[in-house]
Amino acid sequence: MIASLSLILLCQLAGEVLVRGLGLPMPGPVIGLMLLLLLLLARDRFAALARGPLQGEGVEAASRVLLANLSLLFVPAGVGVVQKLDLVAEHGIAFLGVLALSVLVTLLVTVATFLVASRLMMGGRKPP
Amino acid sequence: MNDNPFSLWVYLSQSPLLWLTVTLLVYAIADAVSLRTHRHPLANPVLHSMWIIGAFLLLTGTSYTTYFGGAQFVHFLLGPATVALAVPLYENRKVVASAILPMLVALATGSVTAVASVVLLAEAAGLPRAVILSMAPKSVTAGVAMGISESLHADPSLTAVAVILTGIMGAITVTPLMNRMGITDFRARGFAVGIAAHGIGTARAFQVDEVAGVFAGIAMSLNALVTSFLVPLAVTLLVR
Repeated sequence: MIASLSLILLCQLAGEVLVRGLGLPMPGPVIGLMLLLLLLLARDRFAALARGPLQGEGVEAASRVLLANLSLLFVPAGVGVVQKLDLVAEHGIAFLGVLALSVLVTLLVTVATFLVASRLMMGGRKPP
Repeated sequence: MNDNPFSLWVYLSQSPLLWLTVTLLVYAIADAVSLRTHRHPLANPVLHSMWIIGAFLLLTGTSYTTYFGGAQFVHFLLGPATVALAVPLYENRKVVASAILPMLVALATGSVTAVASVVLLAEAAGLPRAVILSMAPKSVTAGVAMGISESLHADPSLTAVAVILTGIMGAITVTPLMNRMGITDFRARGFAVGIAAHGIGTARAFQVDEVAGVFAGIAMSLNALVTSFLVPLAVTLLVR
Protein backbone atom coordinates (compact mmCIF):
# COMPACT_ATOMS: atom_id res chain seq x y z
CA MET A 1 0.00 0.00 0.00
CA ILE A 2 2.76 2.45 0.97
CA ALA A 3 4.83 1.49 -2.07
CA SER A 4 1.77 1.97 -4.31
CA LEU A 5 1.01 5.39 -2.85
CA SER A 6 4.67 6.32 -3.25
CA LEU A 7 4.52 5.37 -6.92
CA ILE A 8 1.41 7.54 -7.42
CA LEU A 9 3.07 10.48 -5.63
CA LEU A 10 6.25 9.91 -7.62
CA CYS A 11 4.29 10.15 -10.89
CA GLN A 12 2.65 13.37 -9.68
CA LEU A 13 6.01 14.77 -8.61
CA ALA A 14 7.57 13.96 -11.98
CA GLY A 15 4.53 15.58 -13.62
CA GLU A 16 4.94 18.77 -11.60
CA VAL A 17 8.67 18.89 -12.36
CA LEU A 18 8.00 18.49 -16.10
CA VAL A 19 5.23 21.12 -16.09
CA ARG A 20 7.30 23.68 -14.17
CA GLY A 21 10.52 22.86 -15.98
CA LEU A 22 9.13 23.04 -19.50
CA GLY A 23 6.41 25.64 -18.82
CA LEU A 24 3.66 23.29 -20.07
CA PRO A 25 0.12 24.75 -20.02
CA MET A 26 -1.46 21.83 -18.10
CA PRO A 27 -1.76 20.63 -14.52
CA GLY A 28 1.09 18.48 -13.17
CA PRO A 29 -1.22 15.65 -12.02
CA VAL A 30 -2.49 15.21 -15.62
CA ILE A 31 1.12 14.55 -16.76
CA GLY A 32 1.42 12.24 -13.74
CA LEU A 33 -1.66 10.37 -15.00
CA MET A 34 -0.01 9.86 -18.40
CA LEU A 35 3.24 8.69 -16.77
CA LEU A 36 1.41 6.09 -14.64
CA LEU A 37 -0.54 4.93 -17.70
CA LEU A 38 2.72 4.53 -19.66
CA LEU A 39 4.23 2.56 -16.75
CA LEU A 40 1.23 0.21 -16.64
CA LEU A 41 1.38 -0.32 -20.41
CA ALA A 42 5.16 -0.82 -20.32
CA ARG A 43 4.76 -3.42 -17.55
CA ASP A 44 2.74 -5.64 -19.91
CA ARG A 45 5.50 -5.40 -22.51
CA PHE A 46 8.55 -5.81 -20.24
CA ALA A 47 8.28 -8.40 -17.47
CA ALA A 48 11.24 -6.78 -15.65
CA LEU A 49 8.97 -3.85 -14.67
CA ALA A 50 6.40 -6.09 -12.96
CA ARG A 51 7.72 -5.74 -9.44
CA GLY A 52 6.85 -3.85 -6.26
CA PRO A 53 3.64 -1.80 -6.64
CA LEU A 54 3.40 -2.76 -10.32
CA GLN A 55 2.72 -6.42 -9.53
CA GLY A 56 -0.25 -8.20 -7.99
CA GLU A 57 -2.75 -5.32 -8.26
CA GLY A 58 -0.66 -3.10 -5.92
CA VAL A 59 -1.05 0.30 -7.54
CA GLU A 60 -4.44 -0.74 -8.95
CA ALA A 61 -5.85 -1.35 -5.48
CA ALA A 62 -4.49 1.93 -4.08
CA SER A 63 -5.95 3.87 -7.03
CA ARG A 64 -9.33 2.24 -6.57
CA VAL A 65 -9.42 3.34 -2.92
CA LEU A 66 -8.66 6.94 -3.95
CA LEU A 67 -11.21 7.00 -6.77
CA ALA A 68 -13.95 5.33 -4.73
CA ASN A 69 -13.82 8.38 -2.45
CA LEU A 70 -13.30 11.03 -5.11
CA SER A 71 -16.34 13.04 -3.96
CA LEU A 72 -14.83 13.49 -0.49
CA LEU A 73 -11.80 15.27 -1.95
CA PHE A 74 -13.96 18.15 -3.23
CA VAL A 75 -15.51 18.88 0.17
CA PRO A 76 -12.77 21.27 1.49
CA ALA A 77 -12.97 23.41 -1.68
CA GLY A 78 -16.77 23.25 -1.55
CA VAL A 79 -16.85 24.55 2.01
CA GLY A 80 -14.84 27.53 0.77
CA VAL A 81 -17.73 28.34 -1.57
CA VAL A 82 -20.23 28.40 1.30
CA GLN A 83 -18.03 31.04 2.93
CA LYS A 84 -18.08 33.15 -0.24
CA LEU A 85 -21.83 33.09 -0.86
CA ASP A 86 -21.87 36.89 -0.50
CA LEU A 87 -20.04 37.01 -3.85
CA VAL A 88 -22.92 35.07 -5.40
CA ALA A 89 -25.58 37.09 -3.61
CA GLU A 90 -24.10 40.25 -5.10
CA HIS A 91 -25.00 39.16 -8.62
CA GLY A 92 -28.04 37.22 -7.55
CA ILE A 93 -30.12 34.84 -9.53
CA ALA A 94 -28.54 35.76 -12.90
CA PHE A 95 -25.21 34.23 -11.84
CA LEU A 96 -26.81 30.91 -10.86
CA GLY A 97 -29.18 30.88 -13.83
CA VAL A 98 -26.38 31.46 -16.34
CA LEU A 99 -24.27 28.66 -14.82
CA ALA A 100 -27.21 26.21 -14.76
CA LEU A 101 -28.22 26.92 -18.37
CA SER A 102 -24.61 26.70 -19.56
CA VAL A 103 -24.20 23.32 -17.83
CA LEU A 104 -27.35 21.95 -19.49
CA VAL A 105 -26.38 23.23 -22.95
CA THR A 106 -22.83 21.85 -22.58
CA LEU A 107 -24.07 18.42 -21.44
CA LEU A 108 -26.53 18.18 -24.35
CA VAL A 109 -24.14 19.40 -27.07
CA THR A 110 -21.32 17.13 -25.87
CA VAL A 111 -23.43 13.99 -25.55
CA ALA A 112 -25.11 14.64 -28.93
CA THR A 113 -21.82 15.12 -30.84
CA PHE A 114 -20.31 12.07 -29.15
CA LEU A 115 -23.26 9.89 -30.19
CA VAL A 116 -23.42 11.24 -33.74
CA ALA A 117 -19.67 10.84 -34.27
CA SER A 118 -19.72 7.34 -32.82
CA ARG A 119 -22.63 6.33 -35.08
CA LEU A 120 -20.98 7.81 -38.18
CA MET A 121 -17.83 5.86 -37.38
CA MET A 122 -19.73 2.60 -36.86
CA GLY A 123 -21.67 3.24 -40.09
CA GLY A 124 -18.44 3.77 -42.02
CA ARG A 125 -17.14 0.42 -40.84
CA LYS A 126 -20.17 -1.65 -41.83
CA PRO A 127 -19.95 -3.35 -45.21
CA PRO A 128 -22.35 -1.86 -47.79
CA MET B 1 -9.55 16.82 33.58
CA ASN B 2 -10.09 20.19 32.07
CA ASP B 3 -12.65 22.03 34.17
CA ASN B 4 -13.16 24.76 31.60
CA PRO B 5 -14.95 23.40 28.50
CA PHE B 6 -14.38 26.70 26.69
CA SER B 7 -10.60 26.44 26.87
CA LEU B 8 -10.84 22.88 25.58
CA TRP B 9 -12.88 24.20 22.63
CA VAL B 10 -10.38 26.98 21.99
CA TYR B 11 -7.61 24.40 21.92
CA LEU B 12 -9.45 21.92 19.68
CA SER B 13 -10.92 24.47 17.27
CA GLN B 14 -7.39 25.58 16.39
CA SER B 15 -6.07 22.06 15.83
CA PRO B 16 -6.21 20.26 12.48
CA LEU B 17 -7.57 17.14 14.23
CA LEU B 18 -11.03 18.59 14.86
CA TRP B 19 -11.61 19.88 11.32
CA LEU B 20 -10.22 16.79 9.63
CA THR B 21 -12.53 14.67 11.80
CA VAL B 22 -15.52 16.91 11.04
CA THR B 23 -14.83 16.70 7.29
CA LEU B 24 -14.56 12.90 7.28
CA LEU B 25 -17.50 12.38 9.64
CA VAL B 26 -19.93 14.67 7.80
CA TYR B 27 -18.90 13.17 4.47
CA ALA B 28 -19.28 9.61 5.81
CA ILE B 29 -22.86 10.42 6.87
CA ALA B 30 -23.69 12.23 3.61
CA ASP B 31 -22.26 9.32 1.62
CA ALA B 32 -24.22 6.76 3.66
CA VAL B 33 -27.43 8.71 2.94
CA SER B 34 -26.49 8.85 -0.75
CA LEU B 35 -26.00 5.06 -0.76
CA ARG B 36 -29.29 4.50 1.09
CA THR B 37 -31.14 6.51 -1.57
CA HIS B 38 -29.44 4.41 -4.30
CA ARG B 39 -27.24 7.37 -5.29
CA HIS B 40 -30.16 9.71 -5.86
CA PRO B 41 -28.81 12.80 -7.71
CA LEU B 42 -30.20 15.19 -5.09
CA ALA B 43 -28.46 13.27 -2.30
CA ASN B 44 -25.09 14.39 -3.72
CA PRO B 45 -22.56 13.88 -0.89
CA VAL B 46 -20.38 16.89 -1.91
CA LEU B 47 -23.35 19.27 -1.88
CA HIS B 48 -24.66 18.18 1.51
CA SER B 49 -21.24 17.93 3.18
CA MET B 50 -20.32 21.45 2.09
CA TRP B 51 -23.39 23.22 3.40
CA ILE B 52 -23.46 21.27 6.67
CA ILE B 53 -19.79 21.99 7.37
CA GLY B 54 -20.20 25.56 6.11
CA ALA B 55 -23.10 26.16 8.50
CA PHE B 56 -21.12 24.59 11.35
CA LEU B 57 -18.18 26.94 10.69
CA LEU B 58 -20.55 29.90 10.59
CA LEU B 59 -22.23 28.91 13.87
CA THR B 60 -18.92 28.43 15.66
CA GLY B 61 -17.38 31.55 14.11
CA THR B 62 -14.50 29.52 12.66
CA SER B 63 -12.54 31.02 9.79
CA TYR B 64 -12.00 29.09 6.56
CA THR B 65 -8.24 29.31 7.11
CA THR B 66 -8.57 27.48 10.44
CA TYR B 67 -10.88 24.89 8.89
CA PHE B 68 -8.54 24.38 5.95
CA GLY B 69 -5.68 23.68 8.38
CA GLY B 70 -7.39 20.33 9.00
CA ALA B 71 -9.14 19.81 5.69
CA GLN B 72 -5.96 20.35 3.64
CA PHE B 73 -4.99 16.71 4.16
CA VAL B 74 -8.11 15.68 2.25
CA HIS B 75 -7.72 18.47 -0.32
CA PHE B 76 -4.15 17.39 -1.01
CA LEU B 77 -5.33 13.99 -2.26
CA LEU B 78 -6.97 15.60 -5.32
CA GLY B 79 -3.60 15.48 -7.12
CA PRO B 80 -2.86 11.79 -6.41
CA ALA B 81 -6.51 10.94 -7.28
CA THR B 82 -6.02 12.55 -10.70
CA VAL B 83 -2.91 10.39 -11.23
CA ALA B 84 -4.93 7.35 -10.07
CA LEU B 85 -7.33 7.87 -13.00
CA ALA B 86 -4.62 6.11 -15.03
CA VAL B 87 -5.71 2.76 -13.56
CA PRO B 88 -9.36 2.64 -14.79
CA LEU B 89 -8.11 4.20 -18.03
CA TYR B 90 -5.57 1.36 -18.38
CA GLU B 91 -8.16 -1.30 -17.52
CA ASN B 92 -10.67 0.05 -20.05
CA ARG B 93 -8.07 0.92 -22.70
CA LYS B 94 -9.79 -1.14 -25.43
CA VAL B 95 -13.13 0.67 -25.00
CA VAL B 96 -11.28 4.00 -24.89
CA ALA B 97 -9.10 3.29 -27.94
CA SER B 98 -12.16 2.38 -30.02
CA ALA B 99 -13.79 5.72 -29.15
CA ILE B 100 -10.90 8.11 -29.89
CA LEU B 101 -12.66 9.83 -32.78
CA PRO B 102 -16.02 10.51 -31.06
CA MET B 103 -14.06 11.76 -28.04
CA LEU B 104 -12.06 14.27 -30.07
CA VAL B 105 -15.15 15.58 -31.87
CA ALA B 106 -17.12 15.85 -28.63
CA LEU B 107 -14.13 17.53 -26.93
CA ALA B 108 -14.01 20.19 -29.64
CA THR B 109 -17.72 21.02 -29.59
CA GLY B 110 -18.12 20.52 -25.84
CA SER B 111 -15.26 22.74 -24.70
CA VAL B 112 -16.25 25.51 -27.11
CA THR B 113 -19.89 25.28 -25.95
CA ALA B 114 -18.88 25.33 -22.28
CA VAL B 115 -16.97 28.61 -22.69
CA ALA B 116 -19.09 30.32 -25.36
CA SER B 117 -22.44 29.53 -23.72
CA VAL B 118 -21.46 30.97 -20.35
CA VAL B 119 -19.98 34.12 -21.90
CA LEU B 120 -22.97 34.76 -24.20
CA LEU B 121 -25.58 33.96 -21.54
CA ALA B 122 -23.83 36.17 -19.00
CA GLU B 123 -23.72 39.03 -21.51
CA ALA B 124 -27.41 38.56 -22.25
CA ALA B 125 -28.14 38.62 -18.52
CA GLY B 126 -26.29 41.94 -18.28
CA LEU B 127 -23.61 40.79 -15.83
CA PRO B 128 -20.60 43.10 -15.48
CA ARG B 129 -17.47 42.39 -17.54
CA ALA B 130 -15.33 41.38 -14.54
CA VAL B 131 -17.92 38.76 -13.53
CA ILE B 132 -18.15 37.37 -17.08
CA LEU B 133 -14.37 36.97 -17.24
CA SER B 134 -14.39 35.19 -13.87
CA MET B 135 -17.14 32.81 -15.04
CA ALA B 136 -15.61 31.92 -18.43
CA PRO B 137 -13.36 29.02 -17.28
CA LYS B 138 -16.04 27.49 -14.98
CA SER B 139 -16.08 24.06 -16.61
CA VAL B 140 -12.48 23.10 -15.82
CA THR B 141 -11.01 21.86 -12.61
CA ALA B 142 -10.57 24.60 -9.96
CA GLY B 143 -6.77 24.88 -9.99
CA VAL B 144 -6.60 25.39 -13.75
CA ALA B 145 -9.67 27.66 -13.83
CA MET B 146 -8.20 29.96 -11.17
CA GLY B 147 -4.97 30.17 -13.14
CA ILE B 148 -6.87 31.20 -16.28
CA SER B 149 -8.88 33.72 -14.28
CA GLU B 150 -5.71 35.26 -12.87
CA SER B 151 -4.15 35.60 -16.32
CA LEU B 152 -7.27 37.55 -17.42
CA HIS B 153 -7.02 39.83 -14.34
CA ALA B 154 -10.45 38.55 -13.25
CA ASP B 155 -11.41 37.45 -9.72
CA PRO B 156 -10.01 33.94 -9.01
CA SER B 157 -12.15 33.45 -5.89
CA LEU B 158 -15.33 34.18 -7.86
CA THR B 159 -14.03 31.71 -10.46
CA ALA B 160 -13.61 29.07 -7.76
CA VAL B 161 -17.23 29.64 -6.67
CA ALA B 162 -18.44 29.33 -10.29
CA VAL B 163 -16.37 26.15 -10.78
CA ILE B 164 -17.70 24.39 -7.68
CA LEU B 165 -21.32 25.43 -8.35
CA THR B 166 -21.00 24.25 -11.97
CA GLY B 167 -19.63 20.91 -10.80
CA ILE B 168 -22.48 20.40 -8.34
CA MET B 169 -25.12 21.41 -10.89
CA GLY B 170 -23.66 19.05 -13.50
CA ALA B 171 -23.43 16.18 -11.02
CA ILE B 172 -27.06 16.64 -9.98
CA THR B 173 -28.60 17.12 -13.44
CA VAL B 174 -26.65 14.62 -15.56
CA THR B 175 -28.43 11.41 -14.53
CA PRO B 176 -32.06 12.62 -14.79
CA LEU B 177 -31.28 14.56 -18.00
CA MET B 178 -29.62 11.61 -19.77
CA ASN B 179 -32.31 9.18 -18.56
CA ARG B 180 -35.05 11.45 -19.84
CA MET B 181 -33.30 11.75 -23.22
CA GLY B 182 -33.08 7.96 -23.34
CA ILE B 183 -29.27 7.97 -23.70
CA THR B 184 -27.88 4.62 -22.59
CA ASP B 185 -24.32 4.93 -23.95
CA PHE B 186 -22.31 5.39 -20.75
CA ARG B 187 -19.24 6.44 -22.72
CA ALA B 188 -21.14 9.46 -24.06
CA ARG B 189 -22.83 10.23 -20.73
CA GLY B 190 -19.52 10.15 -18.85
CA PHE B 191 -17.68 12.20 -21.45
CA ALA B 192 -20.38 14.89 -21.38
CA VAL B 193 -20.32 15.26 -17.60
CA GLY B 194 -16.50 15.35 -17.58
CA ILE B 195 -16.54 18.25 -20.07
CA ALA B 196 -19.38 20.17 -18.39
CA ALA B 197 -18.66 19.51 -14.71
CA HIS B 198 -14.95 18.51 -14.31
CA GLY B 199 -13.98 16.48 -11.21
CA ILE B 200 -17.26 16.72 -9.30
CA GLY B 201 -19.03 15.43 -12.42
CA THR B 202 -16.39 12.69 -12.74
CA ALA B 203 -16.92 11.66 -9.12
CA ARG B 204 -20.66 11.37 -9.89
CA ALA B 205 -19.94 9.35 -13.03
CA PHE B 206 -17.85 6.84 -11.05
CA GLN B 207 -20.82 6.40 -8.67
CA VAL B 208 -23.09 5.49 -11.58
CA ASP B 209 -20.87 3.41 -13.89
CA GLU B 210 -17.15 2.65 -14.18
CA VAL B 211 -16.98 3.20 -17.95
CA ALA B 212 -18.78 6.54 -17.49
CA GLY B 213 -16.19 7.45 -14.85
CA VAL B 214 -13.27 6.59 -17.15
CA PHE B 215 -14.67 8.72 -19.99
CA ALA B 216 -15.45 11.57 -17.60
CA GLY B 217 -11.86 11.49 -16.33
CA ILE B 218 -10.47 11.66 -19.87
CA ALA B 219 -12.87 14.47 -20.79
CA MET B 220 -11.94 16.45 -17.69
CA SER B 221 -8.19 16.15 -18.37
CA LEU B 222 -8.48 17.05 -22.07
CA ASN B 223 -10.85 19.93 -21.33
CA ALA B 224 -8.39 21.46 -18.84
CA LEU B 225 -5.87 21.50 -21.67
CA VAL B 226 -8.14 22.93 -24.37
CA THR B 227 -9.87 25.51 -22.18
CA SER B 228 -6.65 27.27 -21.19
CA PHE B 229 -6.24 28.17 -24.87
CA LEU B 230 -9.92 28.69 -25.54
CA VAL B 231 -10.87 31.19 -22.83
CA PRO B 232 -8.50 34.02 -23.86
CA LEU B 233 -9.71 33.54 -27.45
CA ALA B 234 -13.41 33.55 -26.50
CA VAL B 235 -12.93 36.61 -24.32
CA THR B 236 -11.40 38.62 -27.19
CA LEU B 237 -14.08 37.48 -29.63
CA LEU B 238 -17.21 37.52 -27.50
CA VAL B 239 -16.87 39.99 -24.64
CA ARG B 240 -17.64 43.59 -25.59
